[in-house]
Amino acid sequence: MAGVKQKIRESYGDRIFLVCIYVFLAIILAVTLYPLIFIVSSSFSSPSAVSGGRVWLWPVEATLIGYKSALQNSQIVTGYANSIFYTAFGTLISVALTTMIAYPLSRKTFFGRSGLMMFIVFTMLFSGGLIPTYLVVKAVGLIDTRWALLLPNAIWVWQVIIARTFFSTSIPDELAEASEMDGCSDLRFIWNVVLSLSKPILAVLALMYAVGQWNAYFDALIYLKTNDLFPLQLFLRSILIQNANSGGLNAGQIADTQQLLALMKYSIIVVSSLPVLIVYPFVQRYFVQGMLIGSVKG
Amino acid sequence: MFNAVLAFKDYNVIKGIWGSPWVGMKYFNLFFHNPVFGTLLKNTLFISLYLLAAGFPIPIILALALNEVKSGRFKRVVQLVTYAPYFISTVVMVSIIMLFLAPNLGIVNMILGSLGIDSINFLGNPNMFRSVYVWSEVWQSAGYSAVIYLAALAGVDPSLYEAARVDGASRLQKIWNVDVPGILPAAVIILILNVGNVMSIGFEKIYLLQNPLNTTTSEIISTYVYKIGLLNANYSFATAVGLFNSVINLILLVTVNFAAKRLSKNSLW
Repeated sequence: MAGVKQKIRESYGDRIFLVCIYVFLAIILAVTLYPLIFIVSSSFSSPSAVSGGRVWLWPVEATLIGYKSALQNSQIVTGYANSIFYTAFGTLISVALTTMIAYPLSRKTFFGRSGLMMFIVFTMLFSGGLIPTYLVVKAVGLIDTRWALLLPNAIWVWQVIIARTFFSTSIPDELAEASEMDGCSDLRFIWNVVLSLSKPILAVLALMYAVGQWNAYFDALIYLKTNDLFPLQLFLRSILIQNANSGGLNAGQIADTQQLLALMKYSIIVVSSLPVLIVYPFVQRYFVQGMLIGSVKG
Repeated sequence: MFNAVLAFKDYNVIKGIWGSPWVGMKYFNLFFHNPVFGTLLKNTLFISLYLLAAGFPIPIILALALNEVKSGRFKRVVQLVTYAPYFISTVVMVSIIMLFLAPNLGIVNMILGSLGIDSINFLGNPNMFRSVYVWSEVWQSAGYSAVIYLAALAGVDPSLYEAARVDGASRLQKIWNVDVPGILPAAVIILILNVGNVMSIGFEKIYLLQNPLNTTTSEIISTYVYKIGLLNANYSFATAVGLFNSVINLILLVTVNFAAKRLSKNSLW
């Protein structure tokens, strides 16, 4: 063990162990990073280099042709516009509804709050299933409308739990009492005091909902039939996974279509994941925060 | 959710849900005696238990290793990078898997080829399907899942580390005797939640990864419900199958929660 001097030194074994940890983490880093770099590099390479398998790490014969054809694709453009719409409005609706349900549940004076909370959590643990949900959406008349992506999944139970925990721990009842004494109405209290104190949690909710909405495809798959309403992910599915013929290629390119399509896939992957991946490093701490609040009391 | 009564009825579009006649357990019996029942159950359980076996310990190991690193920058970079794949959408993730594992020009087979190994058709081989699903899932979510454990580790009382040092504990002993107990409560909660979800593994990804060659191992209960219910419009039958799935889940969750409460005093409620 460590030689006992003034300071306890690391033993020989410990140093080897630490080196092993660094090697282990470096391997994990490489394994995670390599596919990401490979995709980005491929997206900047020439069609023949991608199809010929000549890309290993860095772009080969760098060009922007993949991006050009991706952005000329009408489906990508429509999908992008739709996804921006769904993400913006969906996030707005979700955050508003979640706050509206979580705040009352966080107040001790709210009648029947534990019963209501149990009811909400129960829906997280047990659901009727796909078909009953589908039939409800159908009965309400939302099938094949934009609302189908905005309303049925507007509230995530997990987010309600996070928001409720935040409200009940960071907005003390004394604050509400004090405002009441000063003649502040409940609504004004929520608007002026609660919301301005809750900016961090609102950011967490908005980010999580926005990423969820941007990446979702399942609701669109079952509820939508009209192409014009499809979000980006659904178009991606047909282009990337089902290899559906995509519009936007001109006649001169037909000989190279096969090669170009292979390249375009990489470019499309980058283009579609870009908004989230660019923003993410800057907002990472909000996500971490959100997870932590949620895990304090599950 | 009340529409789940559909499972016990003979659904008729014109009469509606409440007007349709009751048929009791007819559709449940139909499902239990269907030859696909065994396959679906087996596939669902296999994939999710495999995922649990790989996906539960790896984030913990990652968090423990990261916690040993004192250099701030290296730690931050590893965390940032391992966290990033979580934000890739399912559709894009599946297409990345397909591009990488393509039989002739996928990068994985090219690497195998340069090592002198014959190319493998990963997605066309039913035996490979589970591994492809599970390891891509681990790749995507390990960094994200490690965050909770890192937070738990940050909350460990520093005096415990000092005591361990004074007592001459090696790093490994310190991890085993201080770090692991420190994250145990969080780990138990996450294990409970994971087990509760055993029967409801991600429809989205599996559905996209499916192809006619691998359905023998890739058809799970939720993809089956989707195909039977929405594609074939057999509502009552699909509802019964889905309900069966939900009930099993709830039973598992309650059981594991009870066991955890007994064994470690940690539980969801």
